[in-house]
Amino acid sequence: MAGILLFTLSAEEKLGFNSDVRPVLSDHCFACHGFDGNAREADLRLDTAEGAFEKRENGPAIVPGDSGKSLAWQRIISDDPDEVMPPADHFLKLDDQEKALLKRWIEEGAKYEKHWTFAEVQTPSLTGEQDHPIDELVSRRLKKEDLTLSPEADERTLIRRLSFDLRGLPPTPEEVKTFLDDSSPEAWGNLIDRFIADPAFGERFAWPWLDAARYADSNGFQGDRERTMWPWRDWVIEAINKNLPYDDFTVWQIAGDLLPDATFEQKLATGFLRNHAINGEGGSIAEENRVNYVFDMTETVGTVWMGLTFNCCRCHDHKYDPLAQRDYYAMTDFFNQTPVSGGDGDPQTKPVLVVPNQQQKKREQELLTTISSLEQQLADLTGKIDQPEDKAAWEDSLRASSTQSWEILPMAEFQSDNTSFKLLKDQSSLIKKGSAPFKSVYNITLDSSSGSISALRLEAMRHPNMTKGRLAPSDSGNFVLTNIAVHLIDKNGKKRTLPIHQAEATYEQSGYPVKNAFDKDNKSGWAIWNGKDIARDQAAVFRFKEPAIIAPGERLLVVLSHQSEFIKHIIGRFRLASSKKSPPALKDEDQTLITAIHLDPSKRSKDQKSLVQSEFLKTSPEFTQTDKKLSDTRLDLENLRKSIPKVMIMADRPERRKTNILAIGSYQDKGDEVEANTPGILPALESEGAANRLDLAQWLVDPKNPLTSRVTVNRLWQELFGIGLIKSAEDYGVQSEIPIHGELIDFLAADFVKSGWDYKKLVRSIVTSQVYRQSSKVDSLSLEKDPDNRFHARGPRYRLPSWMIRDQALAASGMLARQIGGTPVKPIQPLGIWAEATFGQKKYVPDTGEKLRRRSLYTFWRRISAPTMMFDNAKRENCEVGTYLTNSPLHALAVLNDPLYLEAARSLAYRAVDQNTEDPLSAAFEIVTMRVPSQEEKATLKEISERFRTSFQDNPASIKDLLEVGETPIRKDLPELQQATLTTVCLSLFNLDETLTKE
Amino acid sequence: MNPFLESQLLTNRRHFFSQSALGLGVPALATLLGQEAEGEELMLKAFQKIAPKAKRVIYLFQNGGPSHLELFDHKPALAKFDNKPVPAGYMEGKRFSTMSAAANKRVLLNSIEPFQQHGQSGATVSSLMPYTAKMSDDICFIKSMHTEQVNHAPAIHFFLTGSQLPGRPSAGSWLSYGLGTMNTNMPTFVAMTSITKGVGCGQIFYDSYWGNGFLPSRHQGVKLRAGENPVLYLKNPKGMSHSLRRKMLDGIGALNEQKLAVVGDPEIATRIAQYEMAYRMQTSVPELADISKEPKHILDLYGPDVHEGGTFARNCLLARRLVERGTRFVQLMHAGWDQHNNLTTALHKQCKATDQPSAGLLQDLKQRGMLDSTLVIWGGEFGRTPFLQGTYDNRPRWGRDHHPYTFSVWMAGGGIKPGMTYGASDDIGFNVAENGVHVHDFQATLLHLLGIDHEKLTYKFQGRHYRLTDVHGHVVKPILA
Repeated sequence: MAGILLFTLSAEEKLGFNSDVRPVLSDHCFACHGFDGNAREADLRLDTAEGAFEKRENGPAIVPGDSGKSLAWQRIISDDPDEVMPPADHFLKLDDQEKALLKRWIEEGAKYEKHWTFAEVQTPSLTGEQDHPIDELVSRRLKKEDLTLSPEADERTLIRRLSFDLRGLPPTPEEVKTFLDDSSPEAWGNLIDRFIADPAFGERFAWPWLDAARYADSNGFQGDRERTMWPWRDWVIEAINKNLPYDDFTVWQIAGDLLPDATFEQKLATGFLRNHAINGEGGSIAEENRVNYVFDMTETVGTVWMGLTFNCCRCHDHKYDPLAQRDYYAMTDFFNQTPVSGGDGDPQTKPVLVVPNQQQKKREQELLTTISSLEQQLADLTGKIDQPEDKAAWEDSLRASSTQSWEILPMAEFQSDNTSFKLLKDQSSLIKKGSAPFKSVYNITLDSSSGSISALRLEAMRHPNMTKGRLAPSDSGNFVLTNIAVHLIDKNGKKRTLPIHQAEATYEQSGYPVKNAFDKDNKSGWAIWNGKDIARDQAAVFRFKEPAIIAPGERLLVVLSHQSEFIKHIIGRFRLASSKKSPPALKDEDQTLITAIHLDPSKRSKDQKSLVQSEFLKTSPEFTQTDKKLSDTRLDLENLRKSIPKVMIMADRPERRKTNILAIGSYQDKGDEVEANTPGILPALESEGAANRLDLAQWLVDPKNPLTSRVTVNRLWQELFGIGLIKSAEDYGVQSEIPIHGELIDFLAADFVKSGWDYKKLVRSIVTSQVYRQSSKVDSLSLEKDPDNRFHARGPRYRLPSWMIRDQALAASGMLARQIGGTPVKPIQPLGIWAEATFGQKKYVPDTGEKLRRRSLYTFWRRISAPTMMFDNAKRENCEVGTYLTNSPLHALAVLNDPLYLEAARSLAYRAVDQNTEDPLSAAFEIVTMRVPSQEEKATLKEISERFRTSFQDNPASIKDLLEVGETPIRKDLPELQQATLTTVCLSLFNLDETLTKE
Repeated sequence: MNPFLESQLLTNRRHFFSQSALGLGVPALATLLGQEAEGEELMLKAFQKIAPKAKRVIYLFQNGGPSHLELFDHKPALAKFDNKPVPAGYMEGKRFSTMSAAANKRVLLNSIEPFQQHGQSGATVSSLMPYTAKMSDDICFIKSMHTEQVNHAPAIHFFLTGSQLPGRPSAGSWLSYGLGTMNTNMPTFVAMTSITKGVGCGQIFYDSYWGNGFLPSRHQGVKLRAGENPVLYLKNPKGMSHSLRRKMLDGIGALNEQKLAVVGDPEIATRIAQYEMAYRMQTSVPELADISKEPKHILDLYGPDVHEGGTFARNCLLARRLVERGTRFVQLMHAGWDQHNNLTTALHKQCKATDQPSAGLLQDLKQRGMLDSTLVIWGGEFGRTPFLQGTYDNRPRWGRDHHPYTFSVWMAGGGIKPGMTYGASDDIGFNVAENGVHVHDFQATLLHLLGIDHEKLTYKFQGRHYRLTDVHGHVVKPILA
């Protein structure tokens, strides 16, 4: 760059330090003799006049006006390999031109200047020679190059250019017609006004903002959990469309939460900072994560508003820019105050803002109203129904019905290897006799008079012969029933088993539930020790899978096993009963109710009481209905609330967290403590007490701040011209280039601030200029002189970003579903991409219908696997503000083969036929390129169309295949051959260089 | 400005020199248009003063941190100290991941399988790697690698891009940028991924592992996928026959040429070339992926998994087919080496999935006479701790944690001294004992073998001249053939 500038410098003009000298010194000298104190060699710095002119042992490095006495110069021209500077092994060499330049600068007085981006914005003087200040400033510069502005592009090119630049969409044929028909001098201005007022304006400028804000719909890293930050994205669109002044746009996003009486919107805006990736990787260290989030926020703000690359300073002073490591960590202190811990990968890590849309808000209110009214109704009903006499009657009848169903079974035979029994006088219960074995299995044969059995009840009953009159001869009087089996034995002694399906007990000891008595484990069992006493009989009900029919002559065999490790834990006295009808209590909750109802009301637990009460109330159909409505409504509310997005936002902890310099950027190596502050090279930050994010945000938009306005206008320039006035949109530091159109940047920056940070006005100002409206045609002379069009002697011409290419196809074909904002959508993408990136944990399920045809902006953005159709975009892993215009063959494959483009081509074909039945080829060409094809192009279109037709005629089966791609219905009124042919032409049109390019 | 470059200014190809300070734009032209001749002619570049030994690289990257103590670094002392506390002095000031927070309470663990000596070189290789062992005399084992990173993603980025954070160009991108292409039908830099079946593993393959960073995106690794579509959007849509597609490209080309005549923008010529390359890839990539013509004895070299798409074995075979067809840098990444608690259960499977294919690839290249000019690298992002993670009584849950202080990789072929071992760890495999090789040294050596001075292959971005080795790195000369 220095070389190029040197050519343009006349002998009379003095060299500029910033424009000519600093780039050379920066490249060759500053790494060792620059700002970074730790890396400085020979204690010499050449980045300041003080350092360079300082008296040293062998004389100063630079003596203004005298290269002969300047030691630095002597070292540069030295032949001695040990002496020469830069050192022989330095990877960059000074060439002759650069050497000549340094010599001349020293001889002209070695004047130093502050790096231009850190100096105050200077409004350049304007003569008014031209109507538009941009035109005057650019022309003034072009004159020095013997260049002039190109003629204005034709109107069709202009409307297409403007439409993509301001809306990211092509103009409609109607818009083109309106513009061409408007012969007034205000035609261009009117067009701009229409486009700026179009809501698509906000969508278009939201895109680069989302890239800068590293917006994504998932966390990133392992797990990559889905988040709901999209209401913040919708806020961005709306803020741009409402033309929220850029200073507010800035303050709200960095510190909206700290504004007095912060509004909902202001808090929502701070989602900007929380868009960073979140690491939920197992084994990651919470504090390290947290520190990385703070770094990310600091560097994002540094890049977006200050155009400075802070990340070098994590580990050391900046080699080139006057940014110290201390400056960096002082900046991190602003963001080090959130309550976020860094642990866990919650994609809605607090603080969050619940963001319902209007519909959801309304619905939530409705549901809450319904709930409270239903609750009132229930209360009223309860009063009416809950009469003590009625309740007692209900309980009595329930008790009666649930008791009656059990038939006590007479014991016919009883046998055990080691235990003998005696039938007690009640003729129904059996008691163990004699000494107690450690373990025992009882085989009881019973007669059943009933024809069927659906459940068996085992009652363990207390008896004075047992320990302390309890249930068993064991030390505690407790038993463990390890297994129960029920069989039917027919006359021939053949056995069939009735599998037990479910069971219930009056009491279950912790760890010994009744279900253990019929599981596969012979050691586990049912026991009833409550830790204190056994002062009651216990019972268990065992239900069979299905009721069994007992044939005449069949008898029941019940086997009770006591095989636990606890000795003598065998049931002492028991009886058995059966229930024949489908038991009153097949369902668990019914059995719970029956258990409760058989207890004295004073013995019932709280749960049992409320169960009895609610069951009683349910005897009223009206109550049941109302109650069901209430629980359904509550469920609706819960689901609604789950579906309402939560946006992560900013907040500061009440107590300030201390911030330290981290020696090599590692969270463990804490150095000096620092306090929130802005870099020393820039105007001082003023605050009362400790500075916070709000102070930082307001400092950024202070008119005295030289960076924010320059960085912002430059990024806009990049969006409109493909390349910024400063090429490195992400770096305004000392190593950035000296802008060719420095006065223009300053004019735009100053004007922007003066306008009250009016972004739409800034856009309007640029696109009304002649510079913007130039033709982009190139001749070999201007190409040689200015390959990248940095001088702006012609209009911009470059490939559209992939998202605009996709939106263009949707719009030109008439398929585009226009709806602003909302939940992200999933258009068709090749299968298996997510699964591959996540080891099958995430599966991509495309949407259907309109969601396939929304603007690219609304496509779900998985951070670790970006949408495949956006083939050239920022990855959204961290802040990116550059452009990505390259020409990989993979990009060509996407537009050639993504089925979306084929469907769009077919829709476009239909549109073209409807518009011009005679010449649909030209109509399609015009819809896509906005221009009428030349005679030559018409002939080519006709020829390729013929070739396509022949191809389909030779292979008629392929016609249907081609037409069936996509949801758009196949037209019945057109020959399919014509549809296929025209579709292929239209797909070719989408792939033309002209279509892929803004010119 | 470079005088060589100035002569190129006349060519009027603005795109190709617009961002170069060192004349590096020119090979980029060769990459884009796929012209070997041009790439060869332009060999005299500032960073290319070294005679290249290797023309291409196959990097068999083993994600997760393979245990050097189980595979290549035999430590008899570990048997002696088995189940004994780590001797004092080894642990001080070391950083481990949170998974073994109480590291200093750990006990050392002997290698789970025995080692044997192999070949003339007498290299010690674990019985877990029998096929690799047989190739010992072709391999150079480096047993003194060390890194600065202790978690997977940062450590992998560090190895492949020179920085622990995503966003820098990976080694393959640097080579594509510096050396251009060798074939008109194939991408210059290709990445493929796989994971051992049945080995649970949460590690992710990030795009940034083969990312172009700030280099132009045509230098990005093209990721081949398992299954029907090795390249995204490679297949014509339904109803679009190959001949119709050809006619379509002719039509697009004709209209683009008419446009070029009117507008004069050389970008349009680039566009035409780009579409032609895309078209050629539609044929060349499926041909690449079709292994039906590989004879049985070749398939057998790679082991039984080669018959299944997406496996490491299949990817190794595809790597050979790629380099045969002119791809310069193939990056195979195989996950599943993260044995925190499944050393005795998963490591065998992991070795089985990778050992035979890796050795088979070496053999296959060798018999084709391609090994001499192909650099093959095998290794992960770090090693594993000599101490046990888990409890000693519970053998099925034995594991080792991440370990950056010393670990092993191997290199073979293109300019590497065969049959040698370089560097050594201490007696328990904890720290480097001699001839440490830092990640940047490894990268410098890789570039050197391709004939590149790692200090001179730079790209200016954000005001700095960046390089793969940051500001460090020394070529490891003793391992050069």
